[in-house]
Amino acid sequence: MIEIKNLHATVDGKEILKGVDLTIRPGEVHAIMGPNGAGKSTMSYVLAGRDGYEVTEGSVTYYGKDLLAMEPEERAAEGVFLAFQYPVEIPGVGNTTFLKTAINAIRKHRGEKELDAMQFLKLIRAKTKALGMSDEMLKRAVNVGFSGGEKKRNETLQMAVLEPKFAILDETDSGLDIDALKIVAEGVNALRSPDRSMLVITHYQRLLDYIIPDYVHVLAAGRIVKSGGKELALELEKNGYRDFGASEAA
Amino acid sequence: MTAQHPSPLHPMTYSTRGADPATAPAFLTPLDHMGSGLPGSGLSWLNELRAAGRERFAAVGLPTIKNESWRYTNLRDLAKLTFQPAAPAAAAIDLLPTVRAEGQDGPRMVFVDGRFRADLSSVDGLPPRVDLLSLDAALSTHAGLLADHLGRLAAADDRPLVALNSAYLADGAVLHVPANVQVERPIELVFVSVGSESQATTCHPRMLLIAEAGSKAVVVEHHVGRGTGTTLSNHVTEVFVGEGATLHHYKSQREGAGAIHLSHIAATVATGGCYDNFILTTGAKLSRNEVVSRLDGTEARTHVSGGYLVRGTQHADTTTLIVHAKPNGTSREVYKGVIDDTARAVFQGKITVCPDAQKTDGYQLNRALLLSDGAEIDSKPELEIHADDVKCSHGCTAGELDDDALFYLRARGIDRDTAQGLLIGAFLSESLEEIAEESIRDAFQGIVAGWLEEQK
Repeated sequence: MIEIKNLHATVDGKEILKGVDLTIRPGEVHAIMGPNGAGKSTMSYVLAGRDGYEVTEGSVTYYGKDLLAMEPEERAAEGVFLAFQYPVEIPGVGNTTFLKTAINAIRKHRGEKELDAMQFLKLIRAKTKALGMSDEMLKRAVNVGFSGGEKKRNETLQMAVLEPKFAILDETDSGLDIDALKIVAEGVNALRSPDRSMLVITHYQRLLDYIIPDYVHVLAAGRIVKSGGKELALELEKNGYRDFGASEAA
Repeated sequence: MTAQHPSPLHPMTYSTRGADPATAPAFLTPLDHMGSGLPGSGLSWLNELRAAGRERFAAVGLPTIKNESWRYTNLRDLAKLTFQPAAPAAAAIDLLPTVRAEGQDGPRMVFVDGRFRADLSSVDGLPPRVDLLSLDAALSTHAGLLADHLGRLAAADDRPLVALNSAYLADGAVLHVPANVQVERPIELVFVSVGSESQATTCHPRMLLIAEAGSKAVVVEHHVGRGTGTTLSNHVTEVFVGEGATLHHYKSQREGAGAIHLSHIAATVATGGCYDNFILTTGAKLSRNEVVSRLDGTEARTHVSGGYLVRGTQHADTTTLIVHAKPNGTSREVYKGVIDDTARAVFQGKITVCPDAQKTDGYQLNRALLLSDGAEIDSKPELEIHADDVKCSHGCTAGELDDDALFYLRARGIDRDTAQGLLIGAFLSESLEEIAEESIRDAFQGIVAGWLEEQK
């Protein structure tokens, strides 16, 4: 279970999150919607542990542990996964090397035996096939020269391989056409399970047609101002975010 | 435009500006005791070469920072020490570095403090008629070949350290590959600095690499240290690449913390020939690698690349000059550096395109990665173009590790040190890819990986 309590965070001295409360139980999918500038991406970075995002007040308890006290790699090893809005291109680092290093780092943390080259290839082949990814994408450098859709599929592949307990999907729909969106959503849906929680962050309701949440929250000006079921997303689609004190975003 | 281009045998003019003759005697006095004891003392051309070197060094002494080419590398501290020529060492040396797979043999020459060690060397696996021997021996058996080549490219007038090397010219390596002979296995030259605990020592190895028309060879140099004393090795290498010949010349310098490594490589490439040079620097407290590659024939090619990885208080200087003297030449230069702590690196890369050298295609890149606030890179790219129909570009950057990439890797469970290692390795791979032979590329990548391990 993930319990976020009264979370305040600043970036460059400016307060972006102003007291977020949210509880996510195993197996639940929560969506956070909100206008631009509401603090959606800040929330994902704070949870993943990015430098420069300073928590000034509040707590995040992750399966009984203080999440905020952990380094980013410890959080990942404990099962936190951030699917990036803009996956980073890393020239010179092969996608396969990257995935193998990551999975073995996490296995080591969990006290599991590291995978050898053959075991890893077998695992990765099965996962790429399920996501409709080519072997060729594995041979390239991490995200380099990938289309928007390929980058998001690569994020989904990493999620499938690393099997997190808590996945944060930051604007996964940005930069995707409808076909790519469907493929990525299918990949994500395949990973839904009773012991895996997800936090889906999005500006548009569109993504939630494909990844159907259990709960929807509206984040505006650094606070959760409304919570409800999946129908809340449809309401927002119709009326926009004006009711929540934000001007309609472009 | 008034064309000012170097004459063929004098690639770069060393002015006497900043000359410091007071530093010369300390380096030259030991010669008085060696004199006629040097090999080949019956050869008049050799005596002249040595005398000219001695005279020149006596007049100018060590280079100083008042000389433009030495602005960023200060040898002042060398003048505070008294160096003695290293005594011949007979000690066994184990674990010699190699690029060969385990159990595979091949030609290898080993030098300890500049002296050839026949007991550690082997010329097995060389095709017939290929000569690979010590300079000392070649002065007896190949005097004509040496007379024709030694001092032809590395002119003592221009460079004080070349002059000093010539003054002491006694031992080193000679490779002669006859026309149309292909040497498949890499020829390894291993230089081990041992020195002395009680005395700073010097040696001045001289190399001559000759690939005749249509021939092909790969030379790999390893420079390692096995002692803790201060050692100064002052290498000079002259490289002749004949028409349509190919010479790949790789070098790894990982001498110890007490080492000063100075090296001058001068190459000439004839029509349709190719000279590739790659230098990986991780060792020595102070190093300077000068590479001069001259395309003296049409349609000649040269790649002059490398990587420098320094930390602590190391200082690594890379100074290159590529001269396009004839039309349709191609040159490519890719240097990558990683600098940590308060280490300092210098990159001076010059490309000269002579008036005749139309249709030249030149490319130069130097990128440095600074891992700490105290790290420093002095980078000076220079293009001097006297022809109008050429394509020449250069790029020069210094930066830090990409925070976004670092966070991305850490967010996938990879710890900071490993993530940094992956990014540094990736950064360097762009230059290592310039190495054509996979086995050598792998070996050099292994050296980089070892350097990264020491980091932790």
